[in-house]
Amino acid sequence: MSELEGIYAVWLREAKIYIREKERLISAVISPLLWIFGFGAGVGTTVDSVSGYPYQMFIYPGIMVMTVLFTSLFYGIYIIWDRKLDFLKEVLVAPISRASVFSGKMLGGATDAMVQVIYLIIIGLFFLKVPFTPLIIIEAFLMLLLISIAMVSIGLVIGANLTSPEGFSLVINFVMWPMFFFSGALFPVSNLSPWLAAVTKINPMTYGVDAMRGIILGINHYSLLLDTAVLMVFTAMMIGIGIISFRRM
Amino acid sequence: MVIKTENLTKEFGKIKAVNELNLEVEEGEIFGLLGPNGAGKTTLISMLCTMLKPTSGRAWVNGFDVVKEPEKVRKSIGIVFQQASVDDLLTGRENLELHNLLFGVPKAIRRQRIDEVLSIVNLEKRADDFVNTYSGGMRRRLELARGIMHHPKILFLDEPTLGLDPQTREHIWEYIKELAIKECMTIMLTTHYMEEAEQLCDQVAIIDYGKIVVLDSPDTLKKNVAGDIVKIKQKIPDIEKIRRLEYVIKAEEKDGTLYISIKDASKHLQDLLSKTGPIDFVEVRRGSLSDVFLHYTGRDIREGEAEGGFWERMMKR
Repeated sequence: MSELEGIYAVWLREAKIYIREKERLISAVISPLLWIFGFGAGVGTTVDSVSGYPYQMFIYPGIMVMTVLFTSLFYGIYIIWDRKLDFLKEVLVAPISRASVFSGKMLGGATDAMVQVIYLIIIGLFFLKVPFTPLIIIEAFLMLLLISIAMVSIGLVIGANLTSPEGFSLVINFVMWPMFFFSGALFPVSNLSPWLAAVTKINPMTYGVDAMRGIILGINHYSLLLDTAVLMVFTAMMIGIGIISFRRM
Repeated sequence: MVIKTENLTKEFGKIKAVNELNLEVEEGEIFGLLGPNGAGKTTLISMLCTMLKPTSGRAWVNGFDVVKEPEKVRKSIGIVFQQASVDDLLTGRENLELHNLLFGVPKAIRRQRIDEVLSIVNLEKRADDFVNTYSGGMRRRLELARGIMHHPKILFLDEPTLGLDPQTREHIWEYIKELAIKECMTIMLTTHYMEEAEQLCDQVAIIDYGKIVVLDSPDTLKKNVAGDIVKIKQKIPDIEKIRRLEYVIKAEEKDGTLYISIKDASKHLQDLLSKTGPIDFVEVRRGSLSDVFLHYTGRDIREGEAEGGFWERMMKR
């Protein structure tokens, strides 16, 4: 019981801070807009359609994944600031396990990302005329939550093992961009050169993008079952490593 | 015995930060740890708070082994850190609410307990303001309130008044004294301010090079070690003769002035002055804890050790 309350306390703190830091909310709104309406609309004028969908629509699931990926990974930087500004001490000396501290933080990060997801669904629904049904929305939401949990965990692992925010930005860029570019978020993975195909196969994000595209647009490269299984195993691994990192902190 | 250590040792590489230290603290005491920077007091507290694992030796806090039962130890202690660790973007009350959840304070008494601790530190009126509008002293008070929230048996204070102005410092002392009485707590604090130790502590331990050099009440230490200090200026001083007097603890000459520590000046001053012969200047003052401190730790400036609380040390581990 007290462990659950501990997780709730850590999460509650994160959620309150998120709502009160207006900059975070604003940047959460702007960056996906730029991708959809800046990048998507621009490239869309030169690319007719992909798999029967306009390019802007084709990359929409990928942009959702990307937004979750970026927000979730970067969330790990707050653990470094918390430590620098000493907010974390209080939590670390509390009589709750490090697994609970990790879980609370992880759920906090996932909350950030899911707020953005809700926002993106509204844009998709009203501006892009994405063929959403209530079931699709629920499925997409759950899939993105799974992706977010995996990515927040990676961010927290990196954050827990580093001491400077600068170092974090550097490391996270090496994780984030390859994961994004080699995921098929911007292009279909079916007709790639062998080396690129190999890279996309080992990138867990590929399965996330594929699942999302399957759920929203009905275009699947792998089966939804395989996508989900890969992501679940990956997420479980990341949570495990995350808890170990927090124990050593 | 609320706190007990047995040959407690912590090594950082080759350095023995705490060296086979034995310590016993009685229930209800305000216990002060004094020592130069890097003496090991911070490391000692970190081990007692279960934040740092000892290299060897054992320690018990509230009867629980710090290595084997860390969660039970954590439940019995409250900690006020050197650097403020209250959350800026939360209100004072919200900070306390989080603490309640983290430390498993029973639901039924949470609200009442928050009001209680807020009134002890006189923060009721500002409780619903964001902490980033608080002054340094108010943050300290909020931390004190938070530290005692879950009725800990023992409260650890790491440099509780560092960086505060003298007025605020006196206020914080008042709060600490009040806490010790009202909440029946044992308090262990580290400090650099001798005045603070004199004001607050029932017992002080001076620590140097990871060992306890001396442990006693401030009064006894002052009486036995520092005594009263007589400052004399004289043309041709005879130190040897003065040192032989049985009530003289210590005599030394510095920059042409003689500093003589004697037991009980009111009894022996006249006799002393009759033995010294003609003098140009005399001044008598009561010995202070500073004199005791310098007597045991010397006057050399310590190098090679970072300032900072035990958190900083932990992070560099």
